[in-house]
Amino acid sequence: MFPRPIEHTAPATQVLYKLALPVALILWLLPLLGVAMTSLKPSSDLAQGNYFGLPSYLAFSNYADVFNNSPIGQYILNSFKVTIPTVIGAVAISCLSGFALAVYRFRMNLVLFFLFVAGNFVPFQILMVPVRDLTVSTGLYNTITGLALFHIAFQSGFCTLFMRNFIKGLPFELIESARVEGVSEFRIFWYIVLPLMRPAIAALSVLVFTFIWNDYFWATVLTTSAETQPVTAGLYSLNGQWIAQWQLVSAGSIIAAMPPVLMFFLMQKHFIAGLTLGATKG
Amino acid sequence: MTGSATTPAIAGTHSDTRGIWKRNQRALAPWVFLAPGIIMFALYVIYPIIASMWLSFYDWDGLGTRTWLGMQNYIELLDDDAFYTSLYNNIIWLVLYMLAVPAGLFIALFLNQTVMGIRIYKSLFFFPFVISQVVVGLIFAWFYAPNFGLFYNLIEWITGTGVAVLADDRYVTYGIIAAGLWPQIAYCMILYLTGLNNVAPDQVEAARLDGAKGFKMLWHVILPQLRPATFIAIVVTVIGALRSFDLVSIMTDGGPYGSSRVLSFYMYEQALSEYGFRMGYGAAIAVVLFAIMMIFISFFIWKMVRDERGM
Repeated sequence: MFPRPIEHTAPATQVLYKLALPVALILWLLPLLGVAMTSLKPSSDLAQGNYFGLPSYLAFSNYADVFNNSPIGQYILNSFKVTIPTVIGAVAISCLSGFALAVYRFRMNLVLFFLFVAGNFVPFQILMVPVRDLTVSTGLYNTITGLALFHIAFQSGFCTLFMRNFIKGLPFELIESARVEGVSEFRIFWYIVLPLMRPAIAALSVLVFTFIWNDYFWATVLTTSAETQPVTAGLYSLNGQWIAQWQLVSAGSIIAAMPPVLMFFLMQKHFIAGLTLGATKG
Repeated sequence: MTGSATTPAIAGTHSDTRGIWKRNQRALAPWVFLAPGIIMFALYVIYPIIASMWLSFYDWDGLGTRTWLGMQNYIELLDDDAFYTSLYNNIIWLVLYMLAVPAGLFIALFLNQTVMGIRIYKSLFFFPFVISQVVVGLIFAWFYAPNFGLFYNLIEWITGTGVAVLADDRYVTYGIIAAGLWPQIAYCMILYLTGLNNVAPDQVEAARLDGAKGFKMLWHVILPQLRPATFIAIVVTVIGALRSFDLVSIMTDGGPYGSSRVLSFYMYEQALSEYGFRMGYGAAIAVVLFAIMMIFISFFIWKMVRDERGM
């Protein structure tokens, strides 16, 4: 193990390390802690210049204010309506295409694979005008469907890369022996490979959920009204309305950040497995 | 599964469409599996790239007729100060963003221990990556805010006068990059933590017996084993730097006086914001950004192809 395990060092170093951990963490999360604290301050605190001290009382009313006086509830709902179908769609498509690219040998295989990989890296702006046109001309501009369809298509690039590499790591003999027995290709996919893909599906779902929930650019390009905008784009317009009312901005930010944060803490193992796939082999 | 085992023999005896499928199953199946992915990807990614390139030769407001301009949009770019500011800022982003890689490694080394509660520390350090860049932008806007921001007061306390980072064209880009580095360092950290987990312990022990330790050990023994993690960390950091849009939009809207624009933001401004709907000109900016990114993408793909062949 590197660095040398702290248990093997002098007791003084061990104590020092155990002290350094929380200090470093607080410094690292300082901006976030500040915002969390601000979100619980009554506006009178801010007016009196109590910016850094503890709140004079815990003003949970800021959160109530945000929910009652802004469409944030609707924004959150919109975010779920975009995110959940995208997760299902992108994961389903990439199970199929990842399987195809991992299991079959055909001439276009590597070309297609790297097309998916490269597409995943392009700047969004090169897609922006045509995607917007396409969405307008199909009547899907400013709808949740239009936004979700684009996300499904774009995410299928990364997801295919992920699934393909995962299936490549499965024992190929399973498929071989099923073929010898005359099992059809679809049945091989459905009954043999798909059940083994469960961990990959879980990891990818958590990851795509976070990516899509946090998307801001496409939300601003493809949606315009409070009925359709997800919470990231919504927060931007609320920020414009709440000038200098930092207790509201902070509370709104915390609300918007909650779902992916909960997702991360509940599914941490899968999340990290997903993010680091490929970081260990190569 | 057992039922289907007997069907190929039967299917071979008569040649209906089902028979054609059965006989060519192995060749046709990949295309059936790939169809949804290819269709969606072609429609929403491949076609738009080509359409944008084509559009960059036109003058178009998004509604009316398109007028052919030839290279005119690109010639205009050469003379556009805002374009150079954006390009310059993109380079600063790219260079400073790379700090996320060593910084992530540093934190990963710091946290790669097995003391009690370390798992919680690791996840809390990773926290900034999970939250949206919109929220990160707002958090840092608050952090930098004149008069009451934590950072503003810190600087005031040290130097006597506070600096309104986001309103000062000398510092604004650096201020935004610092905000961007926060989640990016967390991302690189988690990549390295996983990498460190897979470092071969026997090699470390052997090197230790040879007297290697500290930086020497890191450089000669650990880093070579972390190469895959480093590769991914560099890829995601380069892409992240060139994609920067959210933070600029949230924290400054490109200001003050356009000094914090980057190409992605300038493109959006030209094509879709209140400054006018110059789709063709915007597309030309996007093509330039795409060309810059293609340099990196080609390099990454080249490296991945090489590894793939080697397997």
